[in-house]
Amino acid sequence: MAKRESTFVNMVVTLLLVAMAASFTLATVYNLTKEPIERAREEARQAAIALVLPEFDELRSINLMPITGSDSLNFNLGYKDGNLVGIAVATYTPMGYSGRIRAMVGFTPEGKIIDVVHLEHAETPGLGDKIEKGKSDWSDQFQGFDPRTQDLRLRTDGGEIDGITAATITARAYSDAIDRAFQTFMANQESIINKRGE
Amino acid sequence: MGQLKNFTKGFIKENPVFVLLLGLCPALGVTTSAFNGLGMGLATTFVLVSSNIVVSLIKNLIPSKVRIPSFIVVIASFVTITDLVMEAYLPALFESLGLFIPLIVVNCLVMGRAEAFASKNNTGSAIVDGLGMGLGFSFALTLLGGVREILGAGEFFGMSLFAGDGMLVFVLAPGAFIGLGYLVALNNIVKNKLG
Repeated sequence: MAKRESTFVNMVVTLLLVAMAASFTLATVYNLTKEPIERAREEARQAAIALVLPEFDELRSINLMPITGSDSLNFNLGYKDGNLVGIAVATYTPMGYSGRIRAMVGFTPEGKIIDVVHLEHAETPGLGDKIEKGKSDWSDQFQGFDPRTQDLRLRTDGGEIDGITAATITARAYSDAIDRAFQTFMANQESIINKRGE
Repeated sequence: MGQLKNFTKGFIKENPVFVLLLGLCPALGVTTSAFNGLGMGLATTFVLVSSNIVVSLIKNLIPSKVRIPSFIVVIASFVTITDLVMEAYLPALFESLGLFIPLIVVNCLVMGRAEAFASKNNTGSAIVDGLGMGLGFSFALTLLGGVREILGAGEFFGMSLFAGDGMLVFVLAPGAFIGLGYLVALNNIVKNKLG
């Protein structure tokens, strides 16, 4: 078969057909993978909650608006034998080096941090991805950290959190995400603790 | 050209990274560890083979003046498909590689092979070329990632080799250029020996 001539009509029709075929294929794949992707994300969320909370037998979920930021935070209240044992907050920060970073922070009912685990980020591989638990033990410093008495900012900024070499922006963003969760939790602490009685 | 030669040329003789110097953006950016290099290489191989197949099939239907935009749409579609399918069915792998997948679109290697090879050859040769080039690319990236990981972090595929921090410069961007420079030189020696 000879190559088609580069006439105006030929070019327009070809590009149109190529674009249509591509959109159709992508739409199909998107629909096929939509559910599995959501399931995988939900599983990751549940796994993150289990990681940052002590053992619980009941979970309640509420959404609260943070003091700063445009999207609500998802609070997961963990109960054991009817008592509140911890709150897992799905938080975020817009300050990442490469877009939004999402993390799950676990608090005791008083406000002390139990543990932190990242949910999603697009930081530089090899540098910023040290916020991941599997990549480095950097995020372990938040275990038992008490933001009520300790400063959540980086040491460079006058706080008490060690930065990450060559990834200061990422580390600063991560502590901003945790701070957002903490501030929102503190602002709503009473209603969260009394949630059970309602 | 025999198919075997067609396949093996991607490793030493026409290695996309060391000889053609194509796809350097991902090659330098993601090779902070051997695993990252290997993952990026294999994902690129998949996109390369798929786009080579499609391009070689539609090569006669595309008027030559609009071939580049058409090829880009084909490549971008395969990248997005890889992205979605990996997130849906291989969430663990997506966790570590998801960052790099969209980078494949801007990989000159994929575009280069579509333009230089697939659009001029039949589908069979295009598949072999895609496989050879893709695996050659994976080989180069794993090697570069390995060198940087060993020197920069003292680890290989995540296994600790020696205590201490390693030379940070090799994890950072300059280390990629230094490592690549030496590997290109080494590849030239090997290539000349082989004749």
